[in-house]
Amino acid sequence: MLLTPAAILLIAFTYYPAVATLGQSFFSAGTALKPSVFVGVENYSFMLDDEVFWQVLKNNLWYAVGTIPASIAIALLMAVWVNGKLPLRGFIRMSYFTPTVLPMIAVANIWLFFYTPQIGLIDQVAGVLGLTTYNWLGDPDTVLTCIIVMTIWKEAGFFMIFYLAALQSLPPELEEAAKLEGAGRWYYFRRVVFPLLMPTTLFVLINAIINSFKLVDQLFILTKGGPDNASSLLLYYIYEVAFSFFDQAYASTLTVVLLVSLAVIAIGQFVFLDKRIHYR
Amino acid sequence: MTRRAVSIRDGVEAGAAWLLAAIWLLPLLYAFWSAFHPSEYAVRFELLAPLTLDNFREAWSQAPFARYYLNTFLLVTSILAAQFVLCTLAAYAFARFEFRGQNIAFALVLVQLMIMPEVLIVENYRTMSQLDLVDTITGIGLPYMASAFGIFLLRQTFKTVPKELEEAARVEGCNALQILWKVYVPLARPTYIAYGLVSVSYHWNNFLWPLVITNSVTTRPLTVGLAIFGAPESGVEWPIITAGTLLAVAPLLIAFLLFQRQFVQSFMHAGIK
Repeated sequence: MLLTPAAILLIAFTYYPAVATLGQSFFSAGTALKPSVFVGVENYSFMLDDEVFWQVLKNNLWYAVGTIPASIAIALLMAVWVNGKLPLRGFIRMSYFTPTVLPMIAVANIWLFFYTPQIGLIDQVAGVLGLTTYNWLGDPDTVLTCIIVMTIWKEAGFFMIFYLAALQSLPPELEEAAKLEGAGRWYYFRRVVFPLLMPTTLFVLINAIINSFKLVDQLFILTKGGPDNASSLLLYYIYEVAFSFFDQAYASTLTVVLLVSLAVIAIGQFVFLDKRIHYR
Repeated sequence: MTRRAVSIRDGVEAGAAWLLAAIWLLPLLYAFWSAFHPSEYAVRFELLAPLTLDNFREAWSQAPFARYYLNTFLLVTSILAAQFVLCTLAAYAFARFEFRGQNIAFALVLVQLMIMPEVLIVENYRTMSQLDLVDTITGIGLPYMASAFGIFLLRQTFKTVPKELEEAARVEGCNALQILWKVYVPLARPTYIAYGLVSVSYHWNNFLWPLVITNSVTTRPLTVGLAIFGAPESGVEWPIITAGTLLAVAPLLIAFLLFQRQFVQSFMHAGIK
């Protein structure tokens, strides 16, 4: 059977672990001396009392709110520009897209230097302007914003591609017809282009939401979730619990939360996309 | 609007597009600046600052980059080869055969688009240690080899192949696998290129799972090596870290700059489907 090899791997590394995660979340963490035992919902009640968990969840929510609309809006703007008649269009397109081919780790290494107090680029510029130095990544109030700004920079060019593909598939007659009708450019964009791009926007939106759970690489370089968990995100916390604190049972419990969130998005996408995409 | 107002508006727009492009390039340009200059010029932007390759030499000698390159290369190629084979077979089954539970099976495959291996690091690590694959390149690659994205993309492409071609091949006495190899695969070439580029960029840059599953120099890919090398506690100087960063991204970045059009078009091709 042609499907067998792919099916085995999918079962082994997607379905089985997803189910096993759920199972593990009802057991205690086992050690060499103390085998893990069934503890019911103890891990879950521990989670509900875990302040770090709530903090991380809140951060993740802000991370999503901060990155998703901004990166989608910038991506759309980029696509419209790159699709237009600008001088040196190819070069501009390349600039927008370059962050996409760089690893998050490398990007974080570069941005770390911007944010570092005193020697960092932002502080140097601030120094020239006569402002005082500031520890952007050391302050719980600003650290998440720093992460968000960097993530937008990394993501926008990637989303631009989808919009660009969609814009290029629009028939040119549309714009001519709008011109003949005397529609302004903004009106044409708002009433014609944007609605036609709706399927793309939804697709990008789903991707952006998944990314807001998945993109945590930069934390390893920039902040390690600190200061005081102010920039930690759910997946990063799972990593910490599982591989720094070696509490696999609790990490499984946290993973269940992540899986449930993703499942909710999947169902939402299913319901929503079915409604909106029919004219395609 | 008068022609003059239009041209002013176009000018402003072009300016804004340029400004955004500059902002988007700035971090990378800065990395080049600091990597190619002595450390005392790291934040002093003088046109005539002396150029140097010392930072690269230092970075190369302080971390086993050659080994990391090899690991990443092996990882990316083995994943890509396995993905091509597995996804081709599965996509062919979904595109041209009818079997019971097909729709459910396909929906199950698509689940992986949502629940990527990154999310399941805890359980996958456990599985890998049972299989004795912790700290091997196979262990890094295995969860990604049956790619839902690849199956989906190839299935869409295979569905556009006219049935007559398949029938013609069958008349000439080809069996199913020969038809796949001689008819479908050649016709899907643009999709393979698109998917290949997306996959290579993804796995070249992937970090979290490789970090979890590797613990020695002989298996670490570039991203993990770079993270260890650049960690603040390692006390390496700035320009050397940026030099190391550029070393890690160089092959992909150079390929991108050379084949920019193909890259963008591939991502677009993969995105439309």
